[in-house]
Amino acid sequence: MALLEVKGLEAFYGQIKALHGLDFSLDEGGITTILGANGAGKTTTLRSICGMVKTNGTISLAGESISGRSTESIAKGGVAHVPEGRGTFVRVTTEENLRLGAFTRRDSKAIAQDMERVYAYFPRLKERRSQQAGTLSGGEQQMLAVGRALMLRPRLMLLDEPSFGLAPLIVQELFGILRTINREEKVSMLLVEQNANLALDLADHAYLLETGRVVMSGVASDIAANEAVRQSYLGY
Amino acid sequence: MDLLIQQTLSGLATGAIYACIALAVVMIYQAIDHFNFAQGEMAMFSTFIAWQLMDWGFPFWIAFVGCVVISFIGGMAIEKVVFGPIRDAPVLSHVIIFIALFSIFNSTAGFIWEFTIKEFPSPFPATTPFETDLISMHEIGIILVTLVMLAMIWLFFRFTPIGLAMRAAAANPDSARLVGVSVNWMLALGWGLAAAIGAVAGMLIAPIVFLEPNMMLGILLYGFAGAVVGGLTSPAGAVVGGFLVGVVENLAGTFLIGSELKLTFALILIVGVLLVRPSGIFGRTVVSRV
Repeated sequence: MALLEVKGLEAFYGQIKALHGLDFSLDEGGITTILGANGAGKTTTLRSICGMVKTNGTISLAGESISGRSTESIAKGGVAHVPEGRGTFVRVTTEENLRLGAFTRRDSKAIAQDMERVYAYFPRLKERRSQQAGTLSGGEQQMLAVGRALMLRPRLMLLDEPSFGLAPLIVQELFGILRTINREEKVSMLLVEQNANLALDLADHAYLLETGRVVMSGVASDIAANEAVRQSYLGY
Repeated sequence: MDLLIQQTLSGLATGAIYACIALAVVMIYQAIDHFNFAQGEMAMFSTFIAWQLMDWGFPFWIAFVGCVVISFIGGMAIEKVVFGPIRDAPVLSHVIIFIALFSIFNSTAGFIWEFTIKEFPSPFPATTPFETDLISMHEIGIILVTLVMLAMIWLFFRFTPIGLAMRAAAANPDSARLVGVSVNWMLALGWGLAAAIGAVAGMLIAPIVFLEPNMMLGILLYGFAGAVVGGLTSPAGAVVGGFLVGVVENLAGTFLIGSELKLTFALILIVGVLLVRPSGIFGRTVVSRV
C-alpha cells in the first residue's frame, strides 16, 4: 500500500487556483521527487500535504485521510516538513532547534539518543550546538532543518528544495546523508527540487509538474533518460 | 543622603510593578505584534477579584493564588474568544478591540464594585524587623515577590519544552506548526501568563494606590515606558526598563520636577527613547525582507 496517496488535489491562494487536480502516490520506504519550473506548484504541493493551504481532493497517509487536519496534527502523525527557506528558529540555539523537532514526543531517553544520531550525521551541528541558530551558515541551517525533521521520528519527510543556495560540495554531502537516512532509518521522502539532475539521481520515482498539473510521471531513471525532459530540465 | 536612598528604594518597589506590567505587555507584543492597551485594566479587574474573594472571607494568600489562577484562565479565554477569530485582521481592528476591552473592564468593574476607593490589605507586616525608615516592609515584599515571579518565568521559558515552544511559536509560527506545536494554544497560554503577571502586579500595588477602577491608568503608562525603554523585543529588557523607570521617575519627582509632572515624565521618556534609540536599550532592530 502506498504511504502517501494524493487524489484530485486542488489548492487555492484566495481565489487563485494553484493546483489543478494532482494525482500521485509514494511507496513506503521510497524517495519520490516532484520536478518543475518556478511557479509549477511544487512548494504548494508540499504545503497542501501539511495543511498549510486551502485544498480540495483527498490526501491520505497510510490509508488514513489527513485532508483538512491542522498542520500540527499532521506533524504528530509523522510527517516532517523541511520547508522552503529552512524554517530555522533563529533566536534559539542549534540544540533547542533539535529539541523543538521532538516537541510531539515524550520519550526523553530516545530523544537524547536521536539527538546524538543527528549529531553523528551532521558533526558540524554538534560543534555549534549552543550557538544561536540564526548565526549558522546556509548549509548548516539546511542540515539543521533536516536534523530537526529527523527528531520527529517521521514516517515521511517532505523536502522543499534542500539544495537551494548551497555550494555544490555541501549539496553532495547533504544528498548523500539523505540517501543514508532513507536507507537506514526507513524514512520515506518526497523531494521537491529545481535541480533535476540531483533529484533524479536520488529518487526512485519522479513526477513532472507544469502549472499545477502532472504532465509526466514514472521511474526516475526513465524520466532522466527522456529526451524532452533532458532538454527542458536537465539542460543537455 | 537618606532621602536619596529612600527614594531610590521606593522607586525600585514601584519599578517592580512597572516591570511586571512591561513584561506582560512585551509578552503579548512578541506573540501578536500589538500593544495590549487593556493590560492595566485587566490587572485592575483581577485585583478586584482578589478583593472580592477576601471580602467573602478567604485569607490573603488563598485569594492571591485564586486570583492568579482565575486571571490566567480569563486571559486565555480573552485570546480564544475575542482575538482568535480576528487573528488575521488588520492592525486597527486589534487596536479597537484593545480599546473596547479597556473600557469594558473599566466600566464593568465600576458597575460591580463601584467607583469608590477601597482599601486593599498588604500581606506583609507593617513594621520592618530591623530599625529603618528607608523602606517599608510592603516595599520589600513587592520587590521580593516580583523577583521570585520573574525568576520563575525565566526558568519556565528557558528550561521547559512548553516555554521553548512558546518562544518558537512567537518567533516563527509556520515552523512551529511544522514541528507539531499548536500555535493557537501557545498564544492563549501567553495571554494567560500575561494576565496572571498583571494580576500579581495589581495586587501588590493596590495597597499603595488604593483599589478603584482607574488605579492602573498611570501605572500602565509607566509600564509602557518601561517596555519601550528596555526594548519591545526583549522581555529581560522590559523588566530592567520597568525598574529603571521606577527609580528615575521617583528621583526626578523628588529632586527635579515635583510629583505633579511625574506622569508627563513617563511620556517624555517614551518619546525620548523612540527618538534616540527606537528599539530600546536592549531591543534588537528587526530587519525584514520585503
